[in-house]
Amino acid sequence: MKTYEPILLKNMMQPEYAGSLPEYERAGGYQALRKVLGKVTPAEVTAVVMKSGLRGRGGAGFPTGVKWGFLPKDYQGPRYLCCNADESEPGTFKDRQLIERDPHQLLEGMLLACYAIGAASSYIYIRGEFVLGAKILEAAIKEARAAGYVGKNIFGTGISIDIWVHRGAGAYICGEETALLESLEGKRGLPRVKPPFPATHGLYNKPTVVNNVETLANLPHIMNRGAEWFASIGSPPKSTGTRVFCVSGHVARPGNYEVPMGITFRELIYEQAGGMRSDKKLKAFIPGGASAPFLTPDHLDVKLDFESVALAGSMLGSGGVTVMEEGTDMVWAALRLMEFFYHESCGKCSPCREGSSWLVQIMRRIVNKRGRMADLETLTDLCKNIAGRTVCAFGDAEVSPILSTLKHWRHEYVTYIHAAEAANLIRPEPAGAKH
Amino acid sequence: MLKEKYQAEIDEILSRYPVKRSALLPLLYLAQREEGYVTETAMQEIAGILKLTPPQVYETATFYTMLNLKPVGKFHLQVCKSLMCALVGSDTVIGWIGTKLGIKPGETTQDKLFTLSSVECLAACGTGPMMQVNDDYYERLTEEKLDRILADLRQTGTSSLKTGPFMWPEPANAVKG
Repeated sequence: MKTYEPILLKNMMQPEYAGSLPEYERAGGYQALRKVLGKVTPAEVTAVVMKSGLRGRGGAGFPTGVKWGFLPKDYQGPRYLCCNADESEPGTFKDRQLIERDPHQLLEGMLLACYAIGAASSYIYIRGEFVLGAKILEAAIKEARAAGYVGKNIFGTGISIDIWVHRGAGAYICGEETALLESLEGKRGLPRVKPPFPATHGLYNKPTVVNNVETLANLPHIMNRGAEWFASIGSPPKSTGTRVFCVSGHVARPGNYEVPMGITFRELIYEQAGGMRSDKKLKAFIPGGASAPFLTPDHLDVKLDFESVALAGSMLGSGGVTVMEEGTDMVWAALRLMEFFYHESCGKCSPCREGSSWLVQIMRRIVNKRGRMADLETLTDLCKNIAGRTVCAFGDAEVSPILSTLKHWRHEYVTYIHAAEAANLIRPEPAGAKH
Repeated sequence: MLKEKYQAEIDEILSRYPVKRSALLPLLYLAQREEGYVTETAMQEIAGILKLTPPQVYETATFYTMLNLKPVGKFHLQVCKSLMCALVGSDTVIGWIGTKLGIKPGETTQDKLFTLSSVECLAACGTGPMMQVNDDYYERLTEEKLDRILADLRQTGTSSLKTGPFMWPEPANAVKG
């Protein structure tokens, strides 16, 4: 098996490493902050990050430096950084590990980002269920504050940066950046209509940047080793650096694997994650969290970078790769994910709120052998009327399990419906139905 | 009253935010920690502290699944039922708990010790099937492990089988590849 130099997981891969401040410092921690604060201008930091090609690790893959560059240059009031630690995309469990095993790596990244965008206050919005993660972060912030890395007048530069932990309370949608801001303001987590974007009207209507945990954790390494170094890793120019891919499902060794972007799914699944857990062959995989359309064994040689996965008709998303073996019922799998989206729809936009309920009802009807052939058209039709018609990307996400399983495994839906017809269990067509 | 008992903690929470309403979720958590769930009285008191109307507090409290608006058992067993855990047996875990404790999702045992909920993804997909019990995660569940966890909880209120700082695969395995 080919091995790769770990960057984000390097410290924690040492069996004795527990993530305390002295350990992090011994491993070279906070050197980037010392090198940068007051010595390199914020604009230069942004330029380095832009040049590195770093793109957001949360799902959308937006270039980080460009996002920072949208903040108004001449605005004198407060600005905010929010770290998105709401990790809720089914299939994803990397941020939890980055937080709990090496919290100072994240804090140093946040301090660098705050410096670059001129923020004196920052919040880590962590999903409520990560109670241990929140405790670890609070303890790390306390250590960093006592050592003078966080707080007033850091290293005597006159620069002050504060970091607070803010726990969510169980809502997938709060991983959407504007819903996160609403939630942080003490409201229901309903995404905002954009524009205006958080860069100008974010937290408390002030200029704000929201970055994912893994994105921020890359910053100390980029500032230490340079933009060229980072841009040489992975699949340049558009997918630079490593990703911590989360492999779950029917593999021999599920878990987090940090590899350069651009290796193939075949290598990730069969070498890093040890291949399938049994003799059963791979039937399907989700390449980037529950929002990413399902792919088939024909896609195993697709490269794990933003463009290649998009070309294959799916998305790299959050890096959650879920593998399913022969024998997995794809209609059942799509229903499970649909139930998730139905449960998590925030209710703001009618197409998503009503549509997710209809989709679940029809899917349950099919699985309960009460479906009819016209249901497949209705499913497709509903999906088309949800995607692209909502305030946030949730609408596009929720239709992907159904549309992609219908595309690749339509015959499984048909089998359910034939079984229903054979058993004569179909409900009568409503009067005047055209089908 | 929360204010009398936790004035210092409430002041500290308020000091983190330039706008009071941001303290709403932290204060609702404080109320839940006190009573085991969020009572209407607590919500009214929080509205007063944050200068909000009670409906502003209710609308936020009812949006988030982790805020219990009615009492739950001493141990809230929350089994992840999302696809990634379902692929590796979460429905079986819910079945085991059903047999052992005689409760279905949404129900509480007669002695008020255990409430079972089936919940959506808890970000532990590589170590499923899993459940959260109050603040702690329990992962890679087997029937034997579940028996031990339930016995431990009854006897000591916690279990050493809970997950510590998370890493999977564990470092030794990760180095070996």
